[in-house]
Amino acid sequence: MIITVASGKGGTGKTTVAVNLATIAAEKGSVELFDCDVEEPNAHLFVKPQNITKKEVSTMIPSVDIALCNLCQECEKICRFSAINIVAKKIMVFADMCHSCKGCLMVCPTGAISEGARQLGSVLTGYSKQGFKLTWGELRVGEAMSPPLIKKVKDEINNLYNLISIVDAPPGTSCPAITTLRDSDFALLVAEETPFGLNDLTLTVEGLKKLGVPMAIVINRAEESKGIIDDYAEHENIEILGKIPFSKEAAKICSKGLFLVEEMAEIRAIFQKIYQKIYCKIVKTENKGEIK
Amino acid sequence: MKVAVSSSGESLDSEIDLRFGRASYFLIVETDTLDFEVKPNEQNMDLPQGAGIQAGKTVVNCGVEAIITGNCGPKAYNVLESAGVKVVTGVNGTVKEVLEKFKKGELQYSVSANVEGHWV
Ligand code: SF4
Ligand code: SF4
Repeated sequence: MIITVASGKGGTGKTTVAVNLATIAAEKGSVELFDCDVEEPNAHLFVKPQNITKKEVSTMIPSVDIALCNLCQECEKICRFSAINIVAKKIMVFADMCHSCKGCLMVCPTGAISEGARQLGSVLTGYSKQGFKLTWGELRVGEAMSPPLIKKVKDEINNLYNLISIVDAPPGTSCPAITTLRDSDFALLVAEETPFGLNDLTLTVEGLKKLGVPMAIVINRAEESKGIIDDYAEHENIEILGKIPFSKEAAKICSKGLFLVEEMAEIRAIFQKIYQKIYCKIVKTENKGEIK
Repeated sequence: MKVAVSSSGESLDSEIDLRFGRASYFLIVETDTLDFEVKPNEQNMDLPQGAGIQAGKTVVNCGVEAIITGNCGPKAYNVLESAGVKVVTGVNGTVKEVLEKFKKGELQYSVSANVEGHWV
């Protein structure tokens, strides 16, 4: 089961929600946490994982043997990304523009193209003190495309029925965020009660509707009274699973990289309720509603 | 000498087009006589990226010695450089004015791209 925690913009407390949800979930069963924000991973700052392993990952790019190339331009014609070009009787590969589709490799009539590699960055794993596994990616400095590395992080997800995978999505509604949300069983949207927050939430909701992923909202730094997010959620018929109140104490705990659910009883109760509700929504078993 | 100038219109009185990759036209000019030919910067709009590279190839295929434009990104610069086309950036005014300056030797060739490439 894959639960993705997403938000339209950065700084909504998405990672805070993801790590605290994972902590609660880990008390109930098997959980793994994935941080797909490979451009700015930060879940590990909270989780402080132990026993870290790291592997370098790369993606395919064409490697051309000039001796075999007859400059027929077939590779250039098939490439939708202008990554391989014939310029003044020379072949030029722009490695950072290549999307690894292997089109050029397939059409080259002389076998001049073979598989080369471009480093994407690394995929890391480690274990929290509560015992759950965290997997995250670190994009190579200078690498312009994050979706291939996000995919490598997602490849580590074991989609098993009785294992809950909580995925911290990259912020936004662009390509990297959509890549992460596509295969989820459930999306938890972290929203903020500002006009900006609402605007970003709307974009994410529209995207998710197209993907057909069930969703619910959690409001971070919530006000006491009903706000614009409540109105929107009601209108769109999306359930608000919980509201995390704004408090100086909570902000302090987060800034120290500590878990709210371990430091504040009332927030712990909120997360327990959120998790229980999500669990009921995605797990349709006889003992529906029970997570003990 | 034969040079290309990125231009917003089809005559020598047109303003320079400051963009290279997305320039409207290239005027291919013989600097001695000011005879010129208009080359629309036809782009394959189906391609998601690589406007600069495509424009670079267009200019290279015109057989010019230099290109005079406003801004040139790193990919386009690479294409031009590898074909031995010299690049002049940072100019403005009409094509004619720019060519006058060029002939007087008032313009300098760039040794690298002058703007960052951007991602679509
Ligand atoms: S693998 Fe695909 S994207 Fe990369 S250079 Fe070849 S055709 Fe272009
Ligand atoms: S398809 Fe192969 S032979 Fe043809 S230009 Fe490309 S690399 Fe050279």
